[in-house]
Parts: sequence; C-alpha cells; structure tokens
Amino acid sequence: MLDFEKPVLDLEEKLHKIKESNLDMEQKTFKINQIKAELHELKTTIYSKLSGWQKVQLSRHPDRPHSLDYIENICSQFIELHGDRKNGDDHAVVGGFANFEKQTIMIIGQQKGRTMKEKQFRNFGMSNPQGYRKALRLMKLAEKFNKPILTLIDTPGASPGLEAEAHGQAEAIATNLQEMIMLTVPVISVVIGEGASGGALAIGICDRLLMLENTWFSVISPEVCSSILWNNWDYTEKAAEQMKLTAEDLWNFKLIDGKIPEPLGGAHKDPEKVYLSLKKGISEHLNELKDIDPRKRIEGRINKYSHIGIYEEIK
Amino acid sequence: MSKWYKKIAEGIPSSSIFKKSIPEGVWDKCPECKTKIKEDKIVFQLFVCSCGHHFRIGSEEYFSILFDEGKYEELFREIVPKDILHFEGPQPYKERLVSEQAESGLTDAARVGKGRMNGVELILVAMDFSFIGGSMGSAVGERIARAIDYCIQHKIPLVIVSRSVGARMMESFYSLMQMAKTATKLALLGQAAIPFISVLTDPTIGGVTASIGMKGDINIAEPKANIGYAGPKVIKESTGKDLPKGFQRSEFLMEKGFVDMIIERKNLKSTISSLLQLIIEKEPID
Repeated sequence: MLDFEKPVLDLEEKLHKIKESNLDMEQKTFKINQIKAELHELKTTIYSKLSGWQKVQLSRHPDRPHSLDYIENICSQFIELHGDRKNGDDHAVVGGFANFEKQTIMIIGQQKGRTMKEKQFRNFGMSNPQGYRKALRLMKLAEKFNKPILTLIDTPGASPGLEAEAHGQAEAIATNLQEMIMLTVPVISVVIGEGASGGALAIGICDRLLMLENTWFSVISPEVCSSILWNNWDYTEKAAEQMKLTAEDLWNFKLIDGKIPEPLGGAHKDPEKVYLSLKKGISEHLNELKDIDPRKRIEGRINKYSHIGIYEEIK
Repeated sequence: MSKWYKKIAEGIPSSSIFKKSIPEGVWDKCPECKTKIKEDKIVFQLFVCSCGHHFRIGSEEYFSILFDEGKYEELFREIVPKDILHFEGPQPYKERLVSEQAESGLTDAARVGKGRMNGVELILVAMDFSFIGGSMGSAVGERIARAIDYCIQHKIPLVIVSRSVGARMMESFYSLMQMAKTATKLALLGQAAIPFISVLTDPTIGGVTASIGMKGDINIAEPKANIGYAGPKVIKESTGKDLPKGFQRSEFLMEKGFVDMIIERKNLKSTISSLLQLIIEKEPID
C-alpha cells in the first residue's frame, strides 16, 4: 500500500464492513450510497493531482499488471520463445509470436515478478545483455516474416551487476538502438510501468511511443538521480518532479504519440479496463503504420530521432 | 623519437591552454605512482606519466596530439546547451552551465574538429570530462549528429574520443534520446560505409558507451581506462561487494572481446591513421 492510497483503502474497508453488517436494508443502502459518493470524491481529489513521485510509485505498484498479464489479456494466443542464441536466456525479458486482433505480431516485454521468488527469477525486471540480445533476435525474426513488433517497457534500469558488464551490456544496448532504427516492420512501444535509462530504450526505438497514464520514462530513476546529484536519496521526490518524467509531462513536450488512460487509482484498480484501452490504442496505431511504405516508415523513424533535443544556436 | 612525435610536441600549444581545462593541482602528483610531475615534461609526454598512467585530458589536448601540426577547424560551436526543464538540482542547471562555461572556456562537453591525421582528412570528436563529467545532453548529441552528417556528406571518416559519465541527468528524457539520435546517425554512417573509430578513454560510462563508445567499426581503448555501462560506484552499491581488480578496465574489455586493441596515447595517431589508410586505400595528402 502506498501512503497516499491509505485514506481510500480505509474508506473501502468501511464500505465493505457496512455491506457485511446486519443493518436493515433501507439503512444499509443509504449508508452504502453515502460512502460510495464520498469515496468517489476522495479518489478524484487524490488521484487527479498526483505528483511525479506519486506516479513513479504507482508505476511500481506491486499489484500493477506486468508484461505477461497484458500479453495474456490483449492477445488470443502467445507462444513464448527463449534465448539469445549466444549466451543464455534472460528471464527479465519475455517475447514471442502472438495473435493480436486476428494478426500475428511479435511481442517483447520486460517482465517483473510479484512474489519474492518471482522477483528474483525476473531479476526485478532488470535485463542482462542476454535479454537485449534475445529481444533483438526476436525483432529480426519478426522482420524476416514481416510481422509488426510490439514492445512493452517496464524496467527500473539495466542490471548493475558484474555479469552484465562482463557480457557487454553497453554493446548490447548500443546494438539494439542501431538495429531497431532500420527495422522494416512497424514498431510500437508502450511504457506499462517504469522506463528507466538505456535499459528501457534498448527495446524502445519505435515508430510510435505510447505511455500508460501512471508511468514514467527518463534517463535514470529519481533515486539514482538524487544519489548522483545530491549524494543521497533524500531528494528523490524533488528529482522526480524536476525530471518531468511522467506520461503527461512527455505528452506536453510532444515527445510521445499517445497517453493511455488508467482507472482512478491506477491500472491495478481495474486491469480489464486498461487492457481494453491499451488494445484500442495499439490497434489504432498499428492500422495507421501498416499502410505506410516500409521505406517511408524507416525514414520517419530516422527523422524523428534525428530531431529530438533542445539546444540553442548562437551566431 | 619518431618524426611525428616531435612534430606533435611542437604542435602542442602553450600549457596555459591546459590550465584552463584542467583544475589546478591535478598535475602535482601522479595518482598511480604518486611521483611529482613536472608540467613541461608531462606535456611533452602527452600527459602520460613515466609509470604509464594516462591523465584525463580534454578535447584541446587530443586535437593537438592527433591533428597534423595540431591544426584543425572547429565545427558546430554554434550549438550550445539550454536548460529545457528548468532543472534545479543542488545548483540550478542554468547557472551551472554559465559557471562551467566561464571556468572551462568550453561551451559544452564535446567538440568537433575537422583536420588531417597523418594526411588523412577526418572528423574528430573529443569529449571534455571537465564539463559536467563529459555528459551528453541535447547540445552534445546535436554536435555529434552534425559531425556524423558532415562525414556522410563529405565521405570522410569519423573518430570519436569518448570520456564521459554518460547521459546528462539535467536534461532527463531529452538526454536519453541523444542515445537514440547518435545511434540513428551512426546507423546511417554505417550504411554509407564510412569508417568510424571509437577511442575509449578513462572513464567512458553509461549512455555514451551504450550508444557511441561500443559501436566503432574499430574500438580502441587507452590503457587501464574504466569502460562500462553501470558506473563502478553503482555496481558496488547494488552488489554490496568490492569490485574485482581490473574489472571494467580496458584490459578486461579486451579479454571479453569488446575492444580491438589497447593503444598508448603516444601511438594513437599512428594507429588510427594506419587503420584508416588500410580501410580507405587512398594515398594520404602530405
């Protein structure tokens, strides 16, 4: 439970108790309606003005749907494929062919775990180089068979470990960036949770970038930003505000192509609703992209990334 | 002493230039062997201690060392950084830019030079660690992007000397996107079959390694440079263990297959120009 969720959860608990109570029907209905109205107002107040840091917290909510949940719910079939054919299989990245609205697509997602055991198995969603290389292998497979690619971004960053460095994660990330630019098939990326650093970007070079409402995408996590600039984690909240990292911020800067709404309180409050909106969003963009000539699509991608950045030109 | 070496030593501008880009006192002692360093001697040794320690030098020094007679034309100086996000930090980014610029005489952390290296015409990009850790924000990304465009347009090779902590935090998402921008341009350079030599120096970390540094057609490292993605401090914090000796150093990367060669600074110029001559197969202009 997050701090700012507490009043809502308390009220929901109260509502639950009244529903279970043995008050007479009329009194019960009255009270239930009263609390429901109160609850709606409370939720609107709390969730309509979430700070950057609160959204970061929501993006990490333990109950939030993860890549495999989305895949299972927006596709009618998914066959997972494994391994980078070089060194191993990374569990923080899942991927494979799937059936999305009667067409075959390649889905690649960064996967977190829910229980402690799962979290460890998924390395907390932090890919090793094998993960980026598996992702690239699958993208090349999609390209070969002319299937669109959908990537789901949800990572606190690349794996800060000895093994990851020894296996060249910088090389793996850099290679993905260059290769994704030239993919001949449509690529849509969706940030479904956390989008931190090169670890996220390594599967995020795309024709269309979408973000769920309570997600973020930046060069680094607010904690590490605080730790590097202020030498401690005390300024995490401040860093989260200043980094302008939420879907809304990036939408306002015209850096993303779509913002997918979440139910009040976050995706975990009503996942079915989010699956539907996500499906709709992907479908719209996919249909648009499919009609574009592959060369034009690549040109568009090159153009987009060639012009990103704000600087001054002095004479 | 070889002829070119002497030529370079003569071509190096007065040491006052180095004073500007290097904080005072740095030259007092070698951090490796603790020997006191004489400034004129270390300049002549291309900022390499007799023990082999390579000091962290900046763009001005690399331009002097690598370009014939230290002569070059600087390109894209007109592109300068901007505080897009009104980023506060411990010191507001806007103020920091002004003070860094005043102190260093630089306008950002990378400079682009056009010149000749043993006769081979090329573009050389060198990073300045003294400017916010050589970090890559929008202006650095744009300078590199234009440098690559220039190489494609004029069909001349590219050399990038990296020395950076990675993407610049104060520009947040925009900095991250400079990885995408430079990668895009490098992909185009590759399609045009124009050679790119990446020189990795101490330290090359984070987004710069993971977009530019590792993607040279040939990757060259200076000896014992710290090269990686996650910084050693971050790895130490997250694993809770001291890093093994030599971890993330040039020699380690060579062993793991990520760099082609480790070249001492005094041999950088001859190595790069020889490689380029082999690839280009054209007589250099003397």
